[in-house]
Amino acid sequence: MEQQTTIAVAMSGGVDSSTVAAMLAHEGGSTVVGLTLQLWDQMRLAGKHGIPDAPKAGRCCSIDDVYDARRVAEHLGIPYYVVNQEERFERDVVRPFVDEYLAGRTPIPCSLCNNHIKFDQLLKTARSIGAERIATGHYAVNEYDARRGRWILKRPADLAKDQTYFLFGLTQEQLAHTLFPLGRLTKPAVRELARQRGLRLAEKPDSQEICFIPGGDYKQFLAAYLEEQNEQVPVTAGELVAASGEVIGRHDGISNFTVGQRKGLGVASPSPLYVLNIDPASHRVTVGADADLATQTLCARRLNWISIPELTGPMRVRAKIRHRHEPAWATLEPAGTDEAIATFDEPQRAVTPGQSAVFYDGDEVVGGGWIV
Amino acid sequence: MDANATTPLLPEVMEAMRPYWMEHFGNASSIHRQGQQGRTAVDRARETLAEFFNCREAEVVFNSGGTEGDNAAIFGLLRTGDHFVTTSIEHSAVLQAAERVAQRGVRVTFVAPLPNGLIDPEAVRRAIEGETRPTRLISVMLANNETGVLQPVEEIGKIAAEAGAFFHIDAVQGAGKVPLDVRRFGCHLLSISAHKMYGPKGVGALYVRRGTPVEPLLVGGSHERRQRAGTENVPGVVGLGKAAELALESLVDGTRERVAGLRDQLEAGILKLAGTGVNGAGAPRTANTTNIRFDQVEGEALVIGLDLKGVAVSGGSACHSGSTEPSHVLMAMGLDKNAARASLRFSLLKMVTEADVNHALQVVPRAVEHLRALSPVAAGTAE
Repeated sequence: MEQQTTIAVAMSGGVDSSTVAAMLAHEGGSTVVGLTLQLWDQMRLAGKHGIPDAPKAGRCCSIDDVYDARRVAEHLGIPYYVVNQEERFERDVVRPFVDEYLAGRTPIPCSLCNNHIKFDQLLKTARSIGAERIATGHYAVNEYDARRGRWILKRPADLAKDQTYFLFGLTQEQLAHTLFPLGRLTKPAVRELARQRGLRLAEKPDSQEICFIPGGDYKQFLAAYLEEQNEQVPVTAGELVAASGEVIGRHDGISNFTVGQRKGLGVASPSPLYVLNIDPASHRVTVGADADLATQTLCARRLNWISIPELTGPMRVRAKIRHRHEPAWATLEPAGTDEAIATFDEPQRAVTPGQSAVFYDGDEVVGGGWIV
Repeated sequence: MDANATTPLLPEVMEAMRPYWMEHFGNASSIHRQGQQGRTAVDRARETLAEFFNCREAEVVFNSGGTEGDNAAIFGLLRTGDHFVTTSIEHSAVLQAAERVAQRGVRVTFVAPLPNGLIDPEAVRRAIEGETRPTRLISVMLANNETGVLQPVEEIGKIAAEAGAFFHIDAVQGAGKVPLDVRRFGCHLLSISAHKMYGPKGVGALYVRRGTPVEPLLVGGSHERRQRAGTENVPGVVGLGKAAELALESLVDGTRERVAGLRDQLEAGILKLAGTGVNGAGAPRTANTTNIRFDQVEGEALVIGLDLKGVAVSGGSACHSGSTEPSHVLMAMGLDKNAARASLRFSLLKMVTEADVNHALQVVPRAVEHLRALSPVAAGTAE
């Protein structure tokens, strides 16, 4: 009886992870324990700088979601615990998110969270309570390839829900101890399963926004967070320049901009203008035509390889440079230490520093890194 | 092993309450005989509580529990400009009430404990003397919920009398574990809760010394001599009365000695593990509680791991679960964040058996060693 393996399911209170818990509990064969990571106090900055007083329902770490997760666990008859990781989340996700914006980049906190919290910390927590493996509601497939001796991460059956872009940082160790039970299911099939298992939240809408930004306005969040930390918002006002170098205006701070942004530039122009580049050193924001946004190459650092042990020479891949980007053919080559250059076959619009670049070989994730 | 969080009803308590749900459901304030049955039941419970507190019956106010009693004492006595002395190791029912009156212009002094968790009465005296305006109220707990440390309330009561201050004791964790005697304690107010002493949840009592000008928290009727409006919770009050009666017995029938013996056995067994220590060691403590520090262990993980093996314990107080902050009690005693997070409270029910302790002694060392083997990070951050 004591020999049964234990699986810890990361339960967010949403349909996906609840269904995972239901599937594993129904299968039997292992002991299933539900865990919710409490990552952010949704009331912490409420009411400051225009952030709503009461967080919207259906948001990660809200009391409602913990309630939903607890009710699912109770329904399934599995043990359930809330584990507080607010300190680590703030250190490894929120603070870097803020610093990236202040440095003129456009951060992607979900990948940081997956790398540092969801998998690293969750696996540690799971092991500490006696579980061998974790299971999550991500749409992705992982499997061991004996020929290569590596764990492979692949795109899921439901490409509309593909979350591999946010999972490129997973280590072999993490992949070996993680289950993605939804990888071969479609979202409608998952909802149907949830209904079959009697989960009351089968129709709960998906969450889309960044979990710690109530209201979804990152500028409000930056202002409220820095004020709470008693930090001055760094003065990063500067010049708005045309691609030619001509100064055409001024702006209030580089953290208000994202490469590819069109709205809120504060200059009149006969044709639409877009942010082309943000220089954190000079605070200069370069704007230009949509056509000027396209670039042929990108440089990625802090790389993680999944299907290969190391990038040793040129490799044909399809590169995805933001969540809603259709992967584009490119040739990937190693550059300096922990650095790779991807040269696209066709120039790609708005390659944005701070986002991640994830490289695919067919359905497999080769690896990825952070765009600089 | 989490009796300080709450306790089960004793069967006698359940039986005593049983007729008052359906058969004798009368409103204790009604004139008719049905109501009179409820009134009689409440009166009888009041007699028992008067004996439990060593006070007059008219000085017992039934309420909804410890939080209400603590709130009623603080909000009922303190006004803008008053000085209030309490300690930094109180339950949040006192601490958060103190924060609220502080926002309303009451000066609040929080006395810190000695490293062993005891409040030094002289520190209370200094807090009174360090403030120019007279001290209106002193509030100190009888037994700390996390460490079990028993505070020198009698001496503090004398200091309160000398200073002409009102004295409130939060006795929620002491009631049923040590004899209560409001005359000996020299207090004007004392709050208890039934569910910490094998009675029902949602009912408690506040001792209010005759003549203490406490403004009621709830108004709307002449219940409880106008001290607490609201229809009497007859079954709950009956349950509290029965629980108090049984507690009086268990204070003299050897229960305390038996529980203390098992607690000591548990403590000694766990302390055989390297890198452990008792928080509050050396101070007088309630018989059922021990708070143990496990170096290089994440307390939260240990609580879950132990629960999965059938041993229920708590890190800090149940009223704080889910919060990031390590125990304010242990931090006030001088532990750093890591040490506070690495500490667990074991609190035994009075029906605890030797088998329970032996089971815990099998499970705990294994769980601790498992965690230590896994956590090089914690090892790096320990002192």
